[in-house]
Amino acid sequence: MKINWFKYASPASFYFLAGRMIPFFAVLAMVLLVVGLYIGFFVAPTDFQQSEAYRIIFVHVPAAWMSMFLYMVMAFWAGIGLAFNTRLSSMVASAIAPTGAMFAFLALWTGAWWGKPMWGTWWVWDARLTSELILFFLYIGFMALQAAIDDPKRSDKAGAIIALVGVVNVPIIYFSVQWWNTLHQGASVSLVQSPKMATAMLSGMLVMSLAAWMYSIVVILVRTRLIILRRESRAAWVAELKEGGVK
Amino acid sequence: MIGWIIKRDLLLAMRRRADVLTVLFFFIIVVSLFPLGVGPEPDILRTMASGVVWVAALLAAMLSLGRMFSSDYADGTLEQMLLSPFSLAALVMGKAISHWLTTGIPLVLMAPILGLQYDLSGEALLVLTLSLLLGTPVLSLIGAIGAALTLGLRGGGVLVSILVLPLYIPVLIFGTGAVEASRAGMEVGAYFSILGAFLLVAIVFSPWVTAASLRVSMN
Repeated sequence: MKINWFKYASPASFYFLAGRMIPFFAVLAMVLLVVGLYIGFFVAPTDFQQSEAYRIIFVHVPAAWMSMFLYMVMAFWAGIGLAFNTRLSSMVASAIAPTGAMFAFLALWTGAWWGKPMWGTWWVWDARLTSELILFFLYIGFMALQAAIDDPKRSDKAGAIIALVGVVNVPIIYFSVQWWNTLHQGASVSLVQSPKMATAMLSGMLVMSLAAWMYSIVVILVRTRLIILRRESRAAWVAELKEGGVK
Repeated sequence: MIGWIIKRDLLLAMRRRADVLTVLFFFIIVVSLFPLGVGPEPDILRTMASGVVWVAALLAAMLSLGRMFSSDYADGTLEQMLLSPFSLAALVMGKAISHWLTTGIPLVLMAPILGLQYDLSGEALLVLTLSLLLGTPVLSLIGAIGAALTLGLRGGGVLVSILVLPLYIPVLIFGTGAVEASRAGMEVGAYFSILGAFLLVAIVFSPWVTAASLRVSMN
């Protein structure tokens, strides 16, 4: 069977595809969230050093991962949009930015809540915290630039350039705990080593990360649909949609 | 080509000296405000000096970014430059160099005098000046990207700060880190190496990215 991959590169067909995908991922996100929170709060053992306060890990770590990962995805799609002039990829990129910024903010804020009982302070200027803060600023800059430009074509391209320039920050955050020996604890999970934490803790964290992924997919699809509607408001199929035609 | 554009921009800057001097005096005034704000204890001032001078340099560089392309954009010169057969990246490089010569160099020259206000030792002053000498061209080069992207936008001046300041942070960290290390009696070579690496990466990528940004903005 030959699949026509380019079919869904058109905003109109993607709109309907996304509409069918959203409920599926939404249910998945809810289930994973409930399971993850259950493991996190009831199954995972109390940490012998950090007692109960460590449980914020189940929100903090997935949020931090997502903030970095979404930036890469955003820059990737923005770059594709810039290189191949595909409108949909630029729309997806701008749909990702608010979710990425939300996760970056969440990572910083839950980090502060974790830092207060563990380190006795809400904030330290260590390498990882500072670079995560820069990541948050980069998201804000991307959104501010796109918001300031009225012409969608120019706004897509300008956003893509600034997103790609900001990519240099992501490896810096990722490796910051290895490069600089600071207050933030080193990575607890690694692909090449056996995990340094209890299985229940690890599985809770992974399930919560999957939930964060699914949530991001849902929100990004919904936002992309809205962006498509706004940009294509003069297209014929949108007019048909308004009259209650095809769904 | 680069030489020609530098000569032209410097000539324009000489004709409008007030623009260059405004940036320099902004820098001097901001640096001089801190002792008034936080109190004149020499110990505090010595610890703050590098950070204050560097942050003021960042702000001053940013303040002058708008001028890099805007007057050429307004009178149509930029459009002619885009149409010309010369390499746009080289043109941008020339513009960044002349921006650095008119705003970066005065700051570097002024820094030791301002450092004296903060009771810095001779060696720390030297390190501060050298770190600015390596770091300010990076500011001009990164800033060129922001200036090109915000060309002709409403509220472009504020926007450029949101875009560019986060990208300036690494330069700030290692620039001030060098001065702190020298005050603590440690080796500063590593900091200068990293600043030099920033400069090289910026020289390679920034003109190219800025040229692409200009094409996007001019369409």
